[in-house]
Amino acid sequence: MEIKLTVNGEEQRRDVPDNTLLVEFLRSDLGLTGTHVGCDTSQCGACTVHINGKSVKSCTVLVGQADGAEVTTIEGIGTVDALHPMQEAFRENHALQCGFCTPGMIMSAIDLVNRNKPLSEDAVRKGLEGNICRCTGYQNIVKAVIDAQEHM
Amino acid sequence: MANETGIGVSVKRKEDARFITGVGNYTDDINEPGQLYAVFARSPYARARIKNIDKQSALSAEGVAAVFVGRELAEDGIGDLPCGWMIHSKDGSEMIAPAHPPIATEYLNYVGEPYAIVIGETLQAARDAVELLEVDFEELPAVVNLAAAAGEDQIHSNVPNNQAYDWELGDKDETDAAFASADHVTSINIVNNRLIPNAMEPRAAVGKYEQATGSYTLFTTSQNPHLERLVLAAFVNVAPESKLRVVAPDVGGGFGSKIFVYAEETAVIWAAGKVKRPIKWRAERSESFLADAHGRDHITKAELALKSDGTFLGLRVKTVANMGAYLSLFASSVPTYLYGTLLAGQYKTPAIYVEVQSLYTNTAPVDAYRGAGRPEATYVVERIVEAAARELDIDPAEIRRRNFIDEFPYATPVALTYDIGNYEASLSKALELVDYEGIEKRKSSSRSNGKIRGIGFSCYIEACGLGPSQIALSLGAGVGLFESAEVRVDVTGSVSVMTGSHSHGQGHETTFAQIISEMLGVPFDSVEIVHGDSGRSDYGLGTYGSRSLAVGGSAIVKAAEKVITKGKKIAAHMLEATEDQVSFEDGVFTIKESNQSITFPEVAFSAYVPGNYPLDELEPGLSEKAFYDPPNFTYPAGAHIAEVEIDPSTGVVEVVNFVAVDDFGHVINPMIVEGQVHGGLAQGIGQALLEHGIYDETGQLITGSYMDYTMPRADDLPNFIVDTTSTPCTHNPLGVKGCGEAGAIGSTAAIMNAVTDALDREDVPMPASPETVWRIVNQQAN
Repeated sequence: MEIKLTVNGEEQRRDVPDNTLLVEFLRSDLGLTGTHVGCDTSQCGACTVHINGKSVKSCTVLVGQADGAEVTTIEGIGTVDALHPMQEAFRENHALQCGFCTPGMIMSAIDLVNRNKPLSEDAVRKGLEGNICRCTGYQNIVKAVIDAQEHM
Repeated sequence: MANETGIGVSVKRKEDARFITGVGNYTDDINEPGQLYAVFARSPYARARIKNIDKQSALSAEGVAAVFVGRELAEDGIGDLPCGWMIHSKDGSEMIAPAHPPIATEYLNYVGEPYAIVIGETLQAARDAVELLEVDFEELPAVVNLAAAAGEDQIHSNVPNNQAYDWELGDKDETDAAFASADHVTSINIVNNRLIPNAMEPRAAVGKYEQATGSYTLFTTSQNPHLERLVLAAFVNVAPESKLRVVAPDVGGGFGSKIFVYAEETAVIWAAGKVKRPIKWRAERSESFLADAHGRDHITKAELALKSDGTFLGLRVKTVANMGAYLSLFASSVPTYLYGTLLAGQYKTPAIYVEVQSLYTNTAPVDAYRGAGRPEATYVVERIVEAAARELDIDPAEIRRRNFIDEFPYATPVALTYDIGNYEASLSKALELVDYEGIEKRKSSSRSNGKIRGIGFSCYIEACGLGPSQIALSLGAGVGLFESAEVRVDVTGSVSVMTGSHSHGQGHETTFAQIISEMLGVPFDSVEIVHGDSGRSDYGLGTYGSRSLAVGGSAIVKAAEKVITKGKKIAAHMLEATEDQVSFEDGVFTIKESNQSITFPEVAFSAYVPGNYPLDELEPGLSEKAFYDPPNFTYPAGAHIAEVEIDPSTGVVEVVNFVAVDDFGHVINPMIVEGQVHGGLAQGIGQALLEHGIYDETGQLITGSYMDYTMPRADDLPNFIVDTTSTPCTHNPLGVKGCGEAGAIGSTAAIMNAVTDALDREDVPMPASPETVWRIVNQQAN
């Protein structure tokens, strides 16, 4: 099928098989490998991206469903020289170790803060329930999100 | 002047820039031109004989490049996956390992065991073709129940009673005598539940073969690429070491599960040579659940003999350990030398005797998982000590104090010599941080809210910094356990450091750069840490057993010292002085007598542009290598105290307070160390309250996804209170002990001691899930 969508501000037109998942499209067709695949049951959240500003698990969306939409991935929110406040807060608070869950965690956290700020620590813990991290024990992730909302 | 990026400073991590911007380079991010995709056909049965595989329909399907079955690998000379640690049974006989072909040839012995590799032009084509394999299975009765496994059907023809070995350590007679003289004996029966490691990055491999040179490159999710290369070359016969490069790029967590050499990357790299095109494989999470090595899985009976004043006289432990269907790479060492040797804990127990029977079952292989043997040992010791305190009505902190080892070095009755420690210091600090004095008040306040509060202790010890090669080799290890380093000073004064250890979240690129920045006085940003590539660093044993800093960091220190020594010679020549007149500090070589000085970059430049240089005495260049083999293990230890509150109406156990005070010796980067502890605690608490790998009676894994296997999530955990004490390791140059596993080793027992305190009974199984606890609270049969 023919699809047209905007990814990180750039328009993309492609002809893809109907059953292409958004995450496959991002990783394989566009080479945006910052979005990761960590499970096959929509549980881990490593693949979280934004569709029209809302966080979505891209392993559970066909790219056709994002036709015409604006998709933002971890590569589209900031650069090393101009980090998004959430990226900055993750680095400042040591909120990542192996880095694999990090892109999804950051994308979820941005949407969580955008929709609900100001958030209590408890609300951050509940709000990130859909993203699994095996390295950090979450403490510094929670700290980073609380920290970032001051700057968003 | 203090170095702001030197030792002891919480420097922000170098590696974070790429991870937070999504440009990390994990194995699945690597794509080679013309690559094919591999999918494995996996056993649907826990135990079956393959009568026939007809691969014709699969082979002729569109987009299928190749299909290989186990026999084809065997006929091509591909060997079995080995176990690298020989254990001897009580009677002196060698452990019995079954044949473990990477791709099963005749028998399938666990659900998920691969029996064919299907290679397609696309992932979809390969996946579809797996369905076209026509396989004639003869299902056989599965052995699943560990407690009964020795008496059930024999799984492997060469393994009577399904027993790998029956091992012992310690003095049985002395221990029996201690029990005979005891005033009191405390007994517990405990199960250390099976865990599934679940690093967030699933295992993956990209293999390629270069026809021009006949060489192979394997990108894979490994904690120890050099060891992977050694095993694939020496035992599996994929290619000679010199023709095989193994690269472990960014790796998304390991926790032990990525130490081992598995079927999948073995088949991928071999097949790449056959089809002469690159091949890529990435595990689905469902495959990770089935085919990553699992952890723990012990059944233990333990007895502690005491005097009436709480003095420990003897400890007797009998454990049955599950090996799963085959012996994974280090499986045999986990319930033996990484377990039995730790049963002294922090205590002066004079007599200890442990027996471990390791059995095969038709389940996934079990091997090292964060802590590996030491969490199991801690669980035994700290549960029984707490139970004894309760039985003798002695305060649990007090009974520990009465038995703490307080003179060092201390030789335990189970083969280790602790070099240093101060167990009282960590316990007192933890008691203060948890507000132990206020516990009764908090318990009564919980009661008035309809909740039940409990407190639990765990004063753990671990043997880390694996390890002294000669000791390990004498105990059955198949490889040395030293580490290598190269410190290469570039012409312009920047520094590249090659290490044989590997970072998959631990932050080596930062910690090791801090060491170099401190030692050589060079800017932190100009230090590059290179790891994970057998083509770039000489050799290495990788990262596990909290060894990277204690062993790998020590090798880096040795290499940097050689750089300084050579630098002094060069500086002496340039400043027309003698070598012993030169001192080196903060990146400057100085002659005390004349107060002349020259900077490190100037010396480095001179080494590569040797105009004014003692070429008659010294080779040009400034690059030094070192290997470091530690004389002993390191012994991190600490006190963990958990406070839980149970809601009797739901059975939910809430961790309301958790204090961890750990002694890691010197700390290079406190921020990173604290993060390591947090993560370990989450895994240890996960084991106690949430996680459980369960097979049904037919050997089907019923916790095979994140819908069924309870991973700790953000709202399951509290904020931990983490602190340290320090008795620097006496035998490595940095005085460090290692911090990667402590959280997972200490915390499980602390939580369960708190749960059993709250419920006022010892027989609470792990995980203490809401259902389990609710049934206990409501006095219903489980």
